[in-house]
Amino acid sequence: MINEAVVELSRLQFALTAMYHFLFVPLTLGLSFLLAIMESVYVITGKQVYKDMVRFWGKLFGINFALGVTTGLTMEFQFGTNWSYFSHYVGDIFGAPLAIEGLMAFFLESTLVGLFFFGWDRLSKVKHLMVTWLVALGSNLSALWILIANGWMQNPVGSEFNYQTMRMELVDFGALLMNPVAQVKFVHTVSAGYVTGAIFVLVISSYYLLKNRDLAFARRSFAIASAFGLAATLSVILLGDESGYELGEVQRVKLAAVEAEWETHEAPAPFTVIGFPNQELEVTEYALRIPGLMGLIATRSLDEEVIGLKELKEYHRQRIINGIYANQLLAQLRQGSEDPLVKENFDKVKDDLGYGLLVTAFADDINNVTEEQLQMAVDYSIPKVAPLFFAFRLMVASGVLMLLVFAVAFYQNARRRIGQSRTFLKLVMLSLPLPWIGVETGWFVAEYGRQPWAIGEILPVHVAVSDLTTGQIWLSMGLMTALYTVFLIAEMYLMIRFAKQGPSSLHTGRYALEKETDQLKAREV
Amino acid sequence: MDYEFLKVIWWVLVGVLLIGFAITDGFDMGVGSLLNVITKDDSERRIMINSIAPHWDGNQVWFITAGGALFAAWPVVYATSFSGFYMAMILTLAALFFRPIGFDYRSKLEGTKWRKNWDWCIGFGSAVPPIIFGVAFGNLLQGVPFQFDEYLRVSYTGSFFALLNPFAILCGLVSLLMLATQGGAWLLMKTDGHLYERVRKSTFITGALTAVLFGLAGIWLAFGIDGYVITSEFDGNSVMTPLMKTAELQSGAWLANYSAVPWLILAPVIGLGGMLLAGIMGAAGRGGLAFLLSSLGIAGIIMTAGGSMFPFLMPSSTFPSMSLTMWDATSSETTLMIMFVVACIFVPIVLSYTVWSYFVMFGRLTKEHIAKNSHSLY
Repeated sequence: MINEAVVELSRLQFALTAMYHFLFVPLTLGLSFLLAIMESVYVITGKQVYKDMVRFWGKLFGINFALGVTTGLTMEFQFGTNWSYFSHYVGDIFGAPLAIEGLMAFFLESTLVGLFFFGWDRLSKVKHLMVTWLVALGSNLSALWILIANGWMQNPVGSEFNYQTMRMELVDFGALLMNPVAQVKFVHTVSAGYVTGAIFVLVISSYYLLKNRDLAFARRSFAIASAFGLAATLSVILLGDESGYELGEVQRVKLAAVEAEWETHEAPAPFTVIGFPNQELEVTEYALRIPGLMGLIATRSLDEEVIGLKELKEYHRQRIINGIYANQLLAQLRQGSEDPLVKENFDKVKDDLGYGLLVTAFADDINNVTEEQLQMAVDYSIPKVAPLFFAFRLMVASGVLMLLVFAVAFYQNARRRIGQSRTFLKLVMLSLPLPWIGVETGWFVAEYGRQPWAIGEILPVHVAVSDLTTGQIWLSMGLMTALYTVFLIAEMYLMIRFAKQGPSSLHTGRYALEKETDQLKAREV
Repeated sequence: MDYEFLKVIWWVLVGVLLIGFAITDGFDMGVGSLLNVITKDDSERRIMINSIAPHWDGNQVWFITAGGALFAAWPVVYATSFSGFYMAMILTLAALFFRPIGFDYRSKLEGTKWRKNWDWCIGFGSAVPPIIFGVAFGNLLQGVPFQFDEYLRVSYTGSFFALLNPFAILCGLVSLLMLATQGGAWLLMKTDGHLYERVRKSTFITGALTAVLFGLAGIWLAFGIDGYVITSEFDGNSVMTPLMKTAELQSGAWLANYSAVPWLILAPVIGLGGMLLAGIMGAAGRGGLAFLLSSLGIAGIIMTAGGSMFPFLMPSSTFPSMSLTMWDATSSETTLMIMFVVACIFVPIVLSYTVWSYFVMFGRLTKEHIAKNSHSLY
């Protein structure tokens, strides 16, 4: 039978490694684009300061990139190590975007990033610029394919269950590519990456402005980051994930959960600004509501209903009952039944096969499910509401705050007043954690919101795990956590050190701290 | 193009990806493995690291893409091998972690201790994965204990330490030494002076040792290890799962393909000869030729393993009939076809910009060059 501790530990390990990986990926996405923009300005204007910008921000990009590459290794292989039934069950579809990501995107990014760092003297200006743009393109294409894979986990289109091979198989590759959930996710996620890169450059530039150091360098960096950041933040907010919530059952549940919508309200539904969702009583306590707003955001209309969690659960109950029947028929087919009626009936209910598997978390024998076990499966069919409710609000709050920062920064840029208000520069410095709060909570909402499913409506998480012992997972998780912690310390140390040094770390002789650091170095050596 | 043909194509393509990985990522792992062995000072180590600096990241994608291709083309192999070899796989990943960070961070600070520690990390991260890959192949050739239930849920019944049997360790050594030869051959094209002289020696030693140990492993495999054969009739064009055939252990079965297809003997001959000649050419200082020969040798060695086992990919020692073969471990015909088209388009594109990047960065590295660009190089 399924070992609950193995399931929980596997989930924890995946969450840790994925969230850790996602500390670095957004910055890579954003900085690679900013580098390409800066270098384009360099090639067009020929001004040395822009080249120095590319090289300095490129150095910080490299420090971050190394950890992105490192932690990405785990991501590519842990489906196999820890989610072996998942890998077998959906590899026919899910493996393809991962392999294509390698061939189309990751090769491009990784091969050319070497030339970005080491090819300055060996490539013409224009060729080097082309390399930088291709690195940015590669990292963005990478995100595209990963999100096609992830979008399919949220909204599995273009595939069908084959009882002979006991797995999902691809029937429509076009549908996989054009999955609307994947498209929305892609735009939302890469934009969030651009915002991260822009805040990063904005904050560090503000530091130099506050220190009254390397002003020309800092102002130009600030200007580019503010314009790029404003556009990206608008894109994150306007092209946000909301439009994806109508698509597919899992997204409907997620929407109801992040909004703590227990009941189906008459259209247009009110929006709950804040409150305390209580899962057991199925109410949101101390809720502050704004009438009508929610329906408007979620459905973009005044007469469409937003379905509440209670109603969704009742709907799930029926699908679970169908799913139990589907699993019983599957057992007959697997045992070699040739009865055409069994096959015919199975085809009618096979879309509910996954719902039937939800019961296996509570019942050992699917032919003998008690009413109580059924109710447990129904309750299990939606995620815990409170963590989603709060994470979503944190994400939105961080987005709104960043929009304000970029709006003011851009206004100052347009009025040529960059760096004149020290108070604003100090406020900008405080905004450094915001993009990370935004992307991590956003990731959490997307992935935790899909619970209990590994693949929406098809494969519950508890069925997807490998046949491992808790000892094995404790060991692997302990090892990875220890290493990841050491790496993060080394990364932060270098990042802070080089960010503080600024362009002086290039040792070109053009920047403020160089004499000072040379003395320091003499002492160190 | 029918299903059977696609299955064969994908067997070849996965082989190509593995060989591509071993040839490219192999030389930077080889250089990393030699890092603390053949150098005398920091500037020599920087020369070695910078010789692979522009390329290691692109090379590593061969590994990642091979993983992705395994997932897409043989999902059940991806699922069974990585979860079965769980601790070995985690150890491989942990070792690989040290490379990107080590390369990028070690020269960012001047401290001797800082650099020394990262050098050992790079050495560990470069030497351990090839050993484990070799050990894994050594175990595949002997069969590993796993089974499926009727819903194709796999369970593995072996332990991590059972993987470390003598034959597997021999395979691990062959794998490490062949990559050290490849790394040595690369360094012969990239270095000069005292370091170059030491690399000539190391390349000869590792090349010759690889050939000897590979020959030994071959004899052991031929006479001491039983192979597997499929004993039921099947149609390669049909949809199959690992539960739809029978297979059994048979002594000498890993030699059967050589009598069926006599020219297959070229694989071990190229493997052994390539490595030996790479060592000799390395000693003679002919870097380019040594690199070509050791690349051939690597291809020969991997083809020997794959060709001996064909059509088996991962035999089950406990339930031979449940072994994974290239007939019954594949994705659906649709997926194989789509991925084949994708590979036909992108593999040539990847190869062309990879070759371009090598062309751009071609040439020897000197101590003076490192000193002059101290702050922009690794």
